[in-house]
Amino acid sequence: MTTGEPGQPRTDRSPWNWLLVLPIVLPLCTFLFNADEPRLLGFPLFYWLQLAFILVGVGTTTLVYRMTR
Amino acid sequence: MSQHTTELVVFIVLFLLVSGMGFVAARWRRPTDLASLNEWGLGGRSFGSWITWFLVGGDLYTAYTFVAVPALVFSSGALGFYALPYTVVVYPLVFLVLARMWSVSHVHGFVTPADFVRARFGSPTLALAIAITGLVATMPYIALQLVGIEAVLKAMGITGHLPIIIAFAILAAYTYQSGLRAPALIAFVKDTLIYIVILAAVIYIPAQLGGWDSIFDAAKAKFEATPAAGDGHLLNAGNQLQYITLAFGSALALFLYPHSLTGVLASKNRNVIKRNMSALPAYSFLLGLIALLGFMAIAAGTKPVMNANGKPDSNTIVPMLFDQMFPDWFTGVAYAAIGIGALVPAAIMSIAAANLFTRNIYREYLNKDATDAQEANVSKLVSLVVKVGAVLCILLLDPQFSIDLQLIGGVIMLQTLPAVALGLYTRWFHKGGLLAGWAAGLAAGMWMLYLIPNPASGKAHFGGSAFGLQNLGFDTTMTIYAGFLALAVNLVVAVLATLAFRAAKVADGKDETRRSDYFADEGDPDVKDLDLAGSH
Repeated sequence: MTTGEPGQPRTDRSPWNWLLVLPIVLPLCTFLFNADEPRLLGFPLFYWLQLAFILVGVGTTTLVYRMTR
Repeated sequence: MSQHTTELVVFIVLFLLVSGMGFVAARWRRPTDLASLNEWGLGGRSFGSWITWFLVGGDLYTAYTFVAVPALVFSSGALGFYALPYTVVVYPLVFLVLARMWSVSHVHGFVTPADFVRARFGSPTLALAIAITGLVATMPYIALQLVGIEAVLKAMGITGHLPIIIAFAILAAYTYQSGLRAPALIAFVKDTLIYIVILAAVIYIPAQLGGWDSIFDAAKAKFEATPAAGDGHLLNAGNQLQYITLAFGSALALFLYPHSLTGVLASKNRNVIKRNMSALPAYSFLLGLIALLGFMAIAAGTKPVMNANGKPDSNTIVPMLFDQMFPDWFTGVAYAAIGIGALVPAAIMSIAAANLFTRNIYREYLNKDATDAQEANVSKLVSLVVKVGAVLCILLLDPQFSIDLQLIGGVIMLQTLPAVALGLYTRWFHKGGLLAGWAAGLAAGMWMLYLIPNPASGKAHFGGSAFGLQNLGFDTTMTIYAGFLALAVNLVVAVLATLAFRAAKVADGKDETRRSDYFADEGDPDVKDLDLAGSH
């Protein structure tokens, strides 16, 4: 930060950041979704659940952004 | 060729329209002059959330991706779907890292990742290693964008190289004139076309083929009928680890590529980047749907175009599917989407490669007192050279060679992770340790890639990225992504060598960054005052 800034030095540390681990680990756990059944709208579990993980990623990054800005 | 006339007309009209936009872009958000890398190479570093979203999205999700991922799903099934977890994992992974990179780059006026490494570790040699790695990995990637255009042209029955040379000459001309503003403006058209085409495809085509159920059942039946062990509509015991490490390793490598950082550094503040980490997954959703075009092609019985050598060109599978399913005029729109989709990343990649050369080779070794205008001129010329090189790659070499190089590119790009990404967090590594780790990682990666055969294409070496663990003496059919293992070697060597250099009291470089530099944001005095000829 600028010189002579009073108070806390700026940082990007926050407990909220730990939430980001979820969308990193979840899509890599193949045992969760490596199956055909149950199907959703004709999509095997392998495909629809991995597409659904996108929502987990968007949700957590949005939440962390809002809580830490 | 006559049955493709409508497609061809639509394709050419859209292509010319976009080329016109590329030239006009020089006047868009017009600066006082374009004669600096900040303006030509980074669009004035002023892009807001929307432009950044289109630019970075148009840059990361390339025409080659749109052609090659469904082709892989068509031939291998579930394994090809790794592109989805890859692009889901990457954004939370780099959420904090990119904000730090943005801050430190704006305080010090860095244009390339190698600029950062040079200042952080006080080592021009390490910076040169990072820059050359980036150049070597980016060049074949540009050439591959041509493969994307070629696949579309082949599907329209056009062979020969002249159309590609013309397309790239136009691209080179407007990139030279407008810099990063050209792909930023064109990205709006490219991405809009791609979204329209893919959403139409995933609604219209399944309806023609009897619904998603029958599409997946057709894929399942196809893979069950083949003798190959690696394919299937689900993963098997042998390729699960490959799936996980390929997705994770590719995610780690993505933002180490110089062209990905170009889009990030062109944004105007940290919040633009963080908001984009939530918004860019919209493209991942699109990519997931695009991957499934491979299964649609199976269900529709689509046949790829045959090459002159009698082997099928699997990259033509998506263009052929569109040709088969869509009315001619819409096929033309779809082809234009892929063709224009190649131009945006090719332009950004050539700008990133040119910046690397200018900042880390020209300025470092050839002209230490280069002015902003000289830097911009050198970059403009190098961007031309890079594109000529890419065209020559396609004309003179087997396209397979570019694909091999791209495969190698991902593996070697990962080897810059300790210096570039970890360097944003810690200064613990010794500059010599990082260099030793980089060299060891490269050697290990090349050795593993050399050992990988591809039975399907009859190649003995560089046949893919799935390294069999039996090569290391394990009694298993499991495979792992070679880049991931090479990165592990890199990290171990970097740690050990750092300890050794410290013990031997070898002098380390000077760190020119301060802790506060990593959190600076738009509006701070340090950031406003962008001084390219600064202290480093």
